[in-house]
Amino acid sequence: MKTQWKAWLYLLPAVAFLGVFMVYPLVDVLVYSFEEGYNFASQSYSGVGLFNYSYVLHDPYFLQAVKNTFLIVIITVPLSTGLALLISLGLSSIRKLRDLFQTVFFLPYVTNTLAVGLVFMILFKKTAYTDGMVNLLIQFFGGTGVDFIEGPYWAKMFVMCFYTIWVVMPFKILILTSALASVNQVYYNAARIDGTPRWRMFTRITLPMISPMIFYLVITGFIGAFKAYSDEVALFGTNLNAAGMNTIVGYVYDMLYGNSGGYPSFASAAALILFAIVFTITCINLLISRNNVQY
Amino acid sequence: MNETYAAIEKRAARSARIRKFLTYLLLVFWALLVLFPFYWMILTSVKSYGAYNTEYIPKFYTLSPTLQNYIEAFTAVSLGRYFWNTLLFTVVTTALMMAVIIPAAFAFSRLEFKGKNIVFALFLSLMMIPSELVIITNFVTITNWGLRNSYLGLILPSVTSVFYIYLLKENFEQIPDELYKAAKVDGTSDLKYLLRVVLPISRPTIVTVVILKVIECWNSYVWPRLITDDPFYFLVSNGIQEIRENGFGRENIPAMMAAVVVISVPLIVLFLIFRKKIMEGVSRGGTKG
Repeated sequence: MKTQWKAWLYLLPAVAFLGVFMVYPLVDVLVYSFEEGYNFASQSYSGVGLFNYSYVLHDPYFLQAVKNTFLIVIITVPLSTGLALLISLGLSSIRKLRDLFQTVFFLPYVTNTLAVGLVFMILFKKTAYTDGMVNLLIQFFGGTGVDFIEGPYWAKMFVMCFYTIWVVMPFKILILTSALASVNQVYYNAARIDGTPRWRMFTRITLPMISPMIFYLVITGFIGAFKAYSDEVALFGTNLNAAGMNTIVGYVYDMLYGNSGGYPSFASAAALILFAIVFTITCINLLISRNNVQY
Repeated sequence: MNETYAAIEKRAARSARIRKFLTYLLLVFWALLVLFPFYWMILTSVKSYGAYNTEYIPKFYTLSPTLQNYIEAFTAVSLGRYFWNTLLFTVVTTALMMAVIIPAAFAFSRLEFKGKNIVFALFLSLMMIPSELVIITNFVTITNWGLRNSYLGLILPSVTSVFYIYLLKENFEQIPDELYKAAKVDGTSDLKYLLRVVLPISRPTIVTVVILKVIECWNSYVWPRLITDDPFYFLVSNGIQEIRENGFGRENIPAMMAAVVVISVPLIVLFLIFRKKIMEGVSRGGTKG
């Protein structure tokens, strides 16, 4: 009995912190999302119902945020996964300079996204002094420059996706390179003896063997991209609504920044909607992967 | 058979060469894309303000590097302050987290108590909860406790991680039972066993967890932004955002880049020292991406 009591003592700090900062908030966020007209200063509310959800779903800023988030997800997840697969295949086929390349490719992971985002902004931005690096490059090849930071929507979306891919690549390259390294060489040797063409070796051996890792990356990629936020702030500044580049997570936080404590009810409703979307898509992903992962 | 064996071999050798060339082309291309922003920020940070603004077509080199921007970065805005805050935040948060999660992982891996499996399952289920859901209430909680704009408010919500408890527990379980039994026979207490036996054996995993947490702390932005509006408590991420929006009179890009370099250097140095450990750790427990 004494050891039991002691074991709980070891667990106590973790249980206390998780209780206060994870379990209680989880219940609380549900409560908030149904309390109508919640006032942060007086901590009172006028009624219970679905008003917060309907407010959020009719808010043009929220709809814009949903559109942006979905675009980011649909564009960056396939592109970054595919590119990472290509690069990892390249990496595992060379011997010279491999360590150097791996180190370089990993660098974006250990940098502060806010700080490097500023560099991207300067590269893409048009100012009074200069058209910016990227625009000069475009003009050099005969195109017309465009302000990627404060210009048309597609240009902003392009920088956004470009930067997102730049940021998420290290993790994907790392995972795929180690997955490729763990494929048993025996399969390749057998295929080579049979004179199997390269492309066939790739689709019949490599892809099936690393398919669990690809699905893992797609699932985490979806989840990560749905939560996009600080990359946007890095490029377009904190007022994302004005830039028209807000994301769902950004919308949630903007609801909290407001004066005198903001609107936790609207924030909660939006966060729960996000959770529902991510949860549904993750379940769909898992179902697809269960039917397709071959080992 | 029109082709000789030699011709076939020659063609195979050529296509292998082309493939190799294309592979290196792709790798070099991506490496340049990764490195260019870093090169650009260092280059811009040593250009003088005047020189930068007269270059309509930016130069790829500079003949008169200056450190003036770095001096500016530390004097015109409180970069030193942001730096110190981040250092303090990172060290204290990581230390506290280790103090919280190591005993918990030890209890799950070694100690026997009623309901252990149920409690552990509950812990695991918490891993699925996204931080966006709980951050709203945490914001309200910290505000109600009057801890906005304080170090405590910054630190408290991030001192536990279910995932790291799980990672450590898995690691602790690999330590052979015999060691524990031997220690018990010798009359060693659990705490002493944890400190003298478990921790030294599990050092590699503990170092990995510490490194991952340090990276996470150094880059954290969302929570600090919510909880602090007094620049005295800004971390570097918030500081850089503040600099972008108000500092240096907006147009002084070289000074801004100097600040960016100063903020980026510590983690890059850490990475170059612990390269193997960090990459191994991220592939086991990384989440960003």
